Amino acid sequence: MRALVITVMVATMCCPLLASDLKAPATVVAGTDFVIASAESQGGTFYLIGPSLVSKREVQNGSEISVPGDGIKSAGVYTALLCSGAGCVSTDFYVKPSSPARLSLLAHPSRVRVAEPNAISAVALVFDKFRNLVVEPAQVEFQAVAGEAQPISQSRTAANGIAWIRLTSGKKEGPIKVGAIIGPAKELRVVRQVASDACNLRIKPEWAAGKFYVSTDPVRDCSGNAVPDGTVVSFTKTDRSGKTTVDAPVKRGIARVQMPVDGNARIFVASGVVTGNELNVTGKQ
Amino acid sequence: MKYVLSISIGAVTFLLICIAWLQSGGLARERMRSSRTPDEATRLLLTQVQARNWDKALSSLANTNDVDKASFVHDLGGSNGSLLTYATLEKFDVWPLHANEQQATVRAKLHYSTAVGPLDDVRDFQVQRAGDTWKVSWPAGKLEKPAPQVIPVNYLRWEVINRGAEDDWGVQNVDSPQVRIVSMNALQRPDRVVILGEIVNEDTIPAYINVGATLLRADGNAMAQENSFDKISHILLPKQVSPYRIDFPGVQLKDIKSVRMDAKSMLVPASADPVIAVNRQRLETDPLGKKVLRGELLNQSGQIVNIPHVLASYYDGSGKVIWVSDGYVDQELQPQIPVSFAVDLPDDIAPKVQNYHVTVNHFSSSHTS
Repeated sequence: MRALVITVMVATMCCPLLASDLKAPATVVAGTDFVIASAESQGGTFYLIGPSLVSKREVQNGSEISVPGDGIKSAGVYTALLCSGAGCVSTDFYVKPSSPARLSLLAHPSRVRVAEPNAISAVALVFDKFRNLVVEPAQVEFQAVAGEAQPISQSRTAANGIAWIRLTSGKKEGPIKVGAIIGPAKELRVVRQVASDACNLRIKPEWAAGKFYVSTDPVRDCSGNAVPDGTVVSFTKTDRSGKTTVDAPVKRGIARVQMPVDGNARIFVASGVVTGNELNVTGKQ
Repeated sequence: MKYVLSISIGAVTFLLICIAWLQSGGLARERMRSSRTPDEATRLLLTQVQARNWDKALSSLANTNDVDKASFVHDLGGSNGSLLTYATLEKFDVWPLHANEQQATVRAKLHYSTAVGPLDDVRDFQVQRAGDTWKVSWPAGKLEKPAPQVIPVNYLRWEVINRGAEDDWGVQNVDSPQVRIVSMNALQRPDRVVILGEIVNEDTIPAYINVGATLLRADGNAMAQENSFDKISHILLPKQVSPYRIDFPGVQLKDIKSVRMDAKSMLVPASADPVIAVNRQRLETDPLGKKVLRGELLNQSGQIVNIPHVLASYYDGSGKVIWVSDGYVDQELQPQIPVSFAVDLPDDIAPKVQNYHVTVNHFSSSHTS
């Protein structure tokens, strides 16, 4: 392979004056067959050097060299070279990507808080069927579907193969499907909208079987979404015996802990950086 | 000549046995077999404990018949994978507190070498005269065990499926959890600079976190880099807050222009269980005159927590974190059985403390998160 490349390079450098004798079509599309014309009627060795391949073959008729589409799948600059007894002739030509056929869709983040402006970004990269980035302008249709709601669509023109949109997350938690469509290609990503910080966090006392429990009201964010189970709620109680702290996870929407109470007790609650109400209770004897 | 080799091997073996006997405190044991003073009686007991010779230690007590062996071994040697089971009593210091003809109180400071570093335990022993000798009277008591019962545990557990290596480029992955440093404070201590504060997991999934700090000189170059190591709760559930402390030994605050903080988070499988209550927290002065934060840990779940790790953050009147201390508890947490703990607090910080918050890290042999 290395010898072949060196041969081709030497041949290319040795015969620059003959370069105009090979003629490639003005537009060559990746993956399509085409013909390279030449003034040379005799055969010779034909070399094709591209971004991802170098090929060599013998041709009988130098005036019309057919190149199969299989040999030019990658877009970019190619060099065609024909060497015969009279010397070498060459030409450079550009193979452009074929029509858009594939998409790569990058949706970020995978989780987003509800009601966050411009929090979701979707970036679509447009490729042809051979994975060449399609740099020519193309219309990409973005879609967002949250739950059972009607899909929202927006069209963006891809520049240099890239198109993007920003979306504001909805007020209801749950998955939002973000999709991009171009031609036959369609990609879908799921972004999970999650509850924001707890809002109006409230606790209440409970006595059950002689034991004292503190439990929260259903813990929700300011949009009314229940915070996910597992969210930690910190209870702090101060009484005669000292201070008690318990980090309890929310289970089925509420957090509940059992605490011993000795005399008058003050109980505080917090979740993350959010604080709730204060409770004053007296222990039962 | 043919016996020289065998005699040499025999002599070397005998010598090695003697060294091992001396190393294991054999000489001290022999010297104190008589226990003619309260000190010696305590030393004898602790020497037997050091050698993990529980039967001999038990037989050296004044109230052997009243002491439950399981409870005695649990107290001094640990059980159920607790920190003491991974520890050896490296040395001890003994000194008398007061004594009369028949009774004495002896204080001992036990220095354990454990899997997580040195651990000190201060105990007061009651010693009684028994004829010509003195013997330690061990507090009688049965090992507390949870009653046979079924404790339903239905807290959440999170598992993670990441993008596979075979997936196409651009295929969605799950993002790392969002964490935020909510406070940071730099303190000059006599021998070091300490960076401390709190970090919160703002996400709805658990996070494995680590906080690092880089000290920068006036010219902008890095002077030192450290991380919080075990002075942090590494696994944070959603909306959970952890204190952190980063020590820079040998550094002076006046040499530092700024500090670059770095909070790293990673998505990990985790469980919301167990829930550990921290009861009866109060600031006290211990028998050695040091300020300590004491309390009791209560495992409210059904699984044994092998090694609890207590982290305490202390706040001044303005709510600023002014110190973070930690300590490993040498006993395991059985379900529903309280275990006391104490973490120390520098004497100069103690007067400024207006509030404090205690969190508990846990290590369980059945699962680590």
